Amino acid sequence: MSSKPRIAHAATHTQNNFLRRFVFSTDHKIIGLQYFFLAFAAVTIGTILSLLIRFHLVWPAAHLPFVAGGIMTPEQYLALVTMHGTIMVFFVLTTAPQSAFGNYFLPLQIGAPDMAFPRLNMLSFWLTLLAFLVMLSAFLVPGGAPISGWTAYPPLSGLGEITGPGEGMGQSLWVASVLIFCVASLLGSINFISTTIDMRAPGMTLTRMPLTVWAWFVTAILSLLAFAVLLAGGILLVLDRVAGTSFFLPAGLVVSGEVQTHDGGSPLLWQHLFWFFGHPEVYIAILPGMGVVSHILANFSRKPVFGYRAMAFAICAIGFLGFLVWGHHMFVSGMNPYSGLTFSLLTVSIGVPSAVKTFNWLGTLWGGRIQFHSPMLFAIGFVSFFVTGGLSGIFLAQPAVDTELHATYYVVAHFHIVMGVAAIFGIFAATYYWFPKMFGQRMSEPLAKLHFWVTFVGVYCIFMPMHFVGIAGGIRRYADSTGATYLAALEPLHRFMTIAAFITAAAQLIFFYNLFRSLKSGERGVENPWLATTLEWTTASPPPADNFAGCFPSVYRGPYEYSVPGAAQDFLPQHLAPEKLPSGGEERNHAR
Amino acid sequence: MHASSVAEIFERGGSGGAGNGRPLGGGEGSRNPGVPQRTYVTGMILALGGILMFFMALVSAWVVRKGFPNSDWQPIELPRILWLNTVILIASSFTLARSRRSLIVGRDEDSRHWWGVTTILGLFFLAGQLLAWRQMIATGLFLATNPSSSFFYVFTSAHGLHIFAGIAALLTIAVRPPRRLTRETVTRIVALYWHFLCALWLLILGLLWFGK
Repeated sequence: MSSKPRIAHAATHTQNNFLRRFVFSTDHKIIGLQYFFLAFAAVTIGTILSLLIRFHLVWPAAHLPFVAGGIMTPEQYLALVTMHGTIMVFFVLTTAPQSAFGNYFLPLQIGAPDMAFPRLNMLSFWLTLLAFLVMLSAFLVPGGAPISGWTAYPPLSGLGEITGPGEGMGQSLWVASVLIFCVASLLGSINFISTTIDMRAPGMTLTRMPLTVWAWFVTAILSLLAFAVLLAGGILLVLDRVAGTSFFLPAGLVVSGEVQTHDGGSPLLWQHLFWFFGHPEVYIAILPGMGVVSHILANFSRKPVFGYRAMAFAICAIGFLGFLVWGHHMFVSGMNPYSGLTFSLLTVSIGVPSAVKTFNWLGTLWGGRIQFHSPMLFAIGFVSFFVTGGLSGIFLAQPAVDTELHATYYVVAHFHIVMGVAAIFGIFAATYYWFPKMFGQRMSEPLAKLHFWVTFVGVYCIFMPMHFVGIAGGIRRYADSTGATYLAALEPLHRFMTIAAFITAAAQLIFFYNLFRSLKSGERGVENPWLATTLEWTTASPPPADNFAGCFPSVYRGPYEYSVPGAAQDFLPQHLAPEKLPSGGEERNHAR
Repeated sequence: MHASSVAEIFERGGSGGAGNGRPLGGGEGSRNPGVPQRTYVTGMILALGGILMFFMALVSAWVVRKGFPNSDWQPIELPRILWLNTVILIASSFTLARSRRSLIVGRDEDSRHWWGVTTILGLFFLAGQLLAWRQMIATGLFLATNPSSSFFYVFTSAHGLHIFAGIAALLTIAVRPPRRLTRETVTRIVALYWHFLCALWLLILGLLWFGK
C-alpha cells in the first residue's frame, strides 16, 4: 500500500484544524492537559463546596442568598458533603495525578511517541468529561444533589426520592456519572499498562524506569482491577433503584411510615463491593504523588534515589496490600472479630512499605546538596503530610480504637491529610516541576514559595485541631453541632478551622494567578531548567507532536544518576551514550 | 480512501510527522518506533483481566447474596434451551480457531469462510439467550421476582452484551479490516476475546446450574 502521500496530505490537514489539534486530539500531551484543566475546574468547585461546608458548621443559622429559603437545611448540607467528596475523589485526586500527569509524561519518560492506543485515550478523556457534566447536573435537577455521601451506602442510596430530596433524580445522575467514570478509567488503565509494557525505548529496562513511571504503572493496574468491581456494584445499585431488585435492600424496611417492597438484600454487600474499590482508590490517588516526590527529591538533592529497587518494590507492595484491607472501613459493621483482626493486621502491614518509602525519601535527602526550589518544597510537604496522616492511620487500624473514632472528625482529619492534601501537594509539586516542560515558560518562584508556605501552614491549622474534635466525639456529617452541649464546646476549634480554611483557599488564588500569568507571559524557560536526567528533558519544551522530533532516544543508564563520582557534570542524562558523555565521564553504575 | 487516511492519522495523533507511523515492531535508535503489533495483544489481555474482575465481583455478590442465613433465595429451573446455546457457543469457539489456523497456513478463503460461520453461530447464541429469557418470563420469573432470577438476568445480559460486542467486531473486521493491525494480530485478539467469553459462559452456567 502506498501510504506516504496520504499521510503527508492528512498531516497538513491536521495542522490546519484547530478542533482536531486541541479539542478532539489524540495526542497524549493535549489529552494530559485536557485532564489537567478538567481537574482544575473540578478542584475549584470542590473547594467552594468545602468552604460552604466549613461556613455552615460555624454559622448554621446564617442567611445565604443563594440557598432556597435563606437558611441551609441539613439535607442541603449533606448534598454539599456528598458532592464535595465525590468531585474531589473522582475528578481531582484520580484525574490529576494519574490521568493528567501520567498521560503527559509517561510516554515522554519512556521514550515513546504516544500512548499505545491514542484513540482509546481520547475516548477516556471525553467519557471522563461526560461523567463530570452528568455529576454536576445533579445540582440542577428537582430535589438537588444526592445526600448519601461519596460512598452512597444503601438503603439511603437505593430507594429513591422517599429517603430524601436528592435521592431521586440526583442520586440517579450520581450513579450514572460514576458508571461512566468507571468505564473511562478502565479504558485509560489498559492504555497506561500497555504503553509501559510495550512502548519503552531501547535500553529502558524496568529497573531504569523513573519511579514516576513505576507509580503510574502500578496505579493503572489498581485502576483496572478496582474500577471493574465498582462498575459491577454500581450496576446492581441501579437495578435496585429502578428495577425493583433486592441486592442491597433488606426486607421489612420502613421509610417515612411506608413499608418497602424489597426483600432480603444486604446493605453490607454494597459496602464490601464499594470498599474493595474504595481502598485501592486511595492508593490510586496517592501512588502517583509518591512517584513524583521520589523523582523530585532526587533531582533537587542532586543524589540518586536512596534504594531505588526498594522504592519500586514498595510501590508494588502497597498496591498489592491495598486490595486486602478494605474491611478496615467496616470495623463497626458487626463483622466477625477475627475478620476484624485479619483486616487490622493486613492494614498495619502496609506500614512496612510505607515506612520503607519514608525512610528512603529521608535517605535521599541525607547529605544531598539540597536546592529549595518550589517543587522541592511541595515534595517535602508531601512527605510531611504522608507521615502525619499515616500515623493517625495506624490508630484507626485498630478495631477497638476505630469503634470509638469511627465516623468522627478524627477520620475526616486522617484521610484529608494523607489522601487529600498529600496527593494535592504531589499535584502542586508536579505542576511547578513540569510547567516549563509543558508550556515552555517558567512560573514565578517567589509566588510559588509564598503559595507553599501559606498552604502548608494553613493545612495543618485546618486539620490538626480536627483530630481533637474527633477524639472529643465530634461526629462527621452532622449539619449542626451547636445544639448538643458537648459539641457546642468544640465550636471555638471549628471556628479556628473555618478561618484557616478560608485563608488556605485564598492562598490558592496565588497559584491560579501564577499559573495563568506564566501561561501568558512567563519567563522563557531553558530546555532543562532543573538539570534533570530523564528523557522528557531531552526534547523541546513543549515537545513536538511525536515527542522527539523523529529522533527517538535509546537509554544507557538508570534515571537518577546525579553526582556520579568522576563525572564531568553532576548529572548523567539517561539517553547519552557512554562515549558521548563530557570528558572525564567515567561511569560508576553503568550496569544498572 | 480519503476518509480512512484521515482516520489513520487520527489514530496516530499526528505523530507520523517523520513520514512513518507504521507498526514496525521493536525499533532501534532514532526512528519513530510506532506501535508494535504485540501491544494490541497486550491490550486485549488486559481488557480481559478487567472483564474477568467485573464478573468476579458479580460472582462474589452472588455468593454473598445466596449464602445469607434465612435467605429468601429460591432455586429456579434453568431454561433448557441454555444447553443448546452452550453447544452453539462452544462450536463457535472451534470454528474461530479453525479460521485462525487457516489464516496461519495461508488458506485465506477458508479462513473467511469459518470467520463467517463463527459470526452466524454467535448470532444464534444471542437469539437462543433471548429465547431463554422468554421461557423464563413465560414461567413468571422476572428480574425482580427473586434474587436467583435477578442474578440469572444480570449474568446473562452482561455476558450477552460482551458477545454482542464480539459479533460487532467480527462483522466490522470482515467488512473493513483495521489498517494498523496485521490480519494475524486481529485474528489473534478476536480469538482471545471469543474463547474467553466461551470459557466465561461455561463458568456462569456452572454457577447457575450447580448453585441454584
